Amino acid sequence: MKGGLRRELIGLAWVGPWIIGFLAFMLVPALMSLRSSLSDDPLLQAPLWVGMDNYARLLTDEVFHKALLNTFIYAGAAIPLSVLLAVVLASLLNTRGLRWKRFFEAAVFVPTLAPLVASSMVWMWVLNGRYGLLNAALSVVGIDGPNWLLEKGWAMAALVLIALWGVGQAVILCVAALKEVPEQLYEAADLDGMGPVRAFIHITLPMISPVVLFNTIAMLIGAFQVFVVPFVLFQKDKGGPDKSAYFYTSYLYDNAFVFGQMGYASAMAWVQMLIILALTGLLFLASRRLVFYRAG
Amino acid sequence: MHETQHSPIRRWGAFAGLLAATVFFLAPLVWMVSTSFKPESQAASESLRLLPDPPGDAPRIAAENYRAVWTDDSINFPLYLRNTLIVALLSVVGMVLSSAVVAYGFARPAWRLRGPLFTVVLATMMIPFPVLMTPLFVLFSKFGWIGTLKPLWVPAWFGAAFNIFLLRQFYMGIPKELDEAARIDGCGHWGIFWRIILPLSRPALAVVALFHFMYVWNDFLAPMVFIVNRDNFTLALGLQLYQSKAGNTPWNLLMAASTLVAAPVLILFMATQRTFIRGLSTGAGKE
Repeated sequence: MKGGLRRELIGLAWVGPWIIGFLAFMLVPALMSLRSSLSDDPLLQAPLWVGMDNYARLLTDEVFHKALLNTFIYAGAAIPLSVLLAVVLASLLNTRGLRWKRFFEAAVFVPTLAPLVASSMVWMWVLNGRYGLLNAALSVVGIDGPNWLLEKGWAMAALVLIALWGVGQAVILCVAALKEVPEQLYEAADLDGMGPVRAFIHITLPMISPVVLFNTIAMLIGAFQVFVVPFVLFQKDKGGPDKSAYFYTSYLYDNAFVFGQMGYASAMAWVQMLIILALTGLLFLASRRLVFYRAG
Repeated sequence: MHETQHSPIRRWGAFAGLLAATVFFLAPLVWMVSTSFKPESQAASESLRLLPDPPGDAPRIAAENYRAVWTDDSINFPLYLRNTLIVALLSVVGMVLSSAVVAYGFARPAWRLRGPLFTVVLATMMIPFPVLMTPLFVLFSKFGWIGTLKPLWVPAWFGAAFNIFLLRQFYMGIPKELDEAARIDGCGHWGIFWRIILPLSRPALAVVALFHFMYVWNDFLAPMVFIVNRDNFTLALGLQLYQSKAGNTPWNLLMAASTLVAAPVLILFMATQRTFIRGLSTGAGKE
């Protein structure tokens, strides 16, 4: 038994830094946040216990409903489109004998590296209704582009477009997964007279499905926290035209640091976490039939 | 059969598709740099020119624009660069050291709590930052860290889930026979870690350093929440201030400022593309 205890202590000593960090910067703040969510908690003043009031208030807060709905619309559009685009681009990149492969890989990936504030400002300029690059390009083909950032539906479309622009990381992961698909499977399919489209559906997709699931979950976690891009793009008219680009985290941030309602913000944070956990759980359940894990 | 190429139709089709995609991915960045080379009068115009008219003026105008941004009275970009570099240095060193040690604890010594604790490590990747940001602000102000750069780098000294995971995967690939040999030579865990694991893990450690540097350089939300004092601003915050403060800052100067902030990470990526993509791919697929 003594040897066993000693072994546990050695293990704990090695991972000690992480344990301290976990307690100090995650567990304690999480507990503080939980207590705060049950209190009327003005920033840096003594909190007052109010029970479930903050959570109850979420049910009737129309701004909250709007922000929640916007977040769902954004996620509902951005996630499927990004997942699809990633698979398509990765398949193209996986072509054997493709020229300029490394250049293309870099081009797809580079947008994810630029600091979000910088790329948001660039997009603000590209989407400018009058002098923007996008509308200038559209006018070349005879389309009179909208005033992207000032019109209701278009603001959301613009944000989804920017999300697609940042798909690079998902593409690289898909490319890595495609490389692992055994060549013999395609050869066998070829012998069976299977065309490329059916081979893609029956071989490629199942083989890379774990990575597609991983991408979807990563995007889900990201999309439900979207904040920086709309924050920078709609600096002047906050939340965008008719608040159509006001998101969950935007409202959470405002409650905490602009309106000074830490308690309410904490309640929102916990609900956000539950939504993300619930959706991830659903994805896992739904994926049981769809995702194929290779043995070993 | 492994080396066979796809048919020419597929190859050229893929090439054309990727070329179109490249325009979408690169055009905004090219346009950013291009705008920073133009005088104000030409930046706001409906033309699609890449260079100013006449094109020979580009170097002179660029120099003027970048100097105007760098020496702007209301925004102290040199100071923000210094702050960003301080945070990046302290944070990257701390992240690499702590994650390397913690990953060893999850890879080599056999102990019972190892599995359950590692699951907790992975689970923390799911916690959204907004859940933690308000209580962390309260906590950091109790520590007396608000008004300093500490909130941005001290937590890095306690490791981060993704990096611990990445390094652990890498350590698992190092043959255990090497440990045995070292043990026979009288090494304990520390000796194995220091003499065998660390030297062999240099590529993985470089990936962690690179990822974390980029993360710190680009991070916006944490500085915005924890940095209240303008003297402590990082570049990302400064850039946002530059845009929002003046309200109608000319686009050519805004794009010059964006280029200044984006260029270092983009250049770093081009210099390290292979390492970078390999590191990214090891992280995935093994969930």
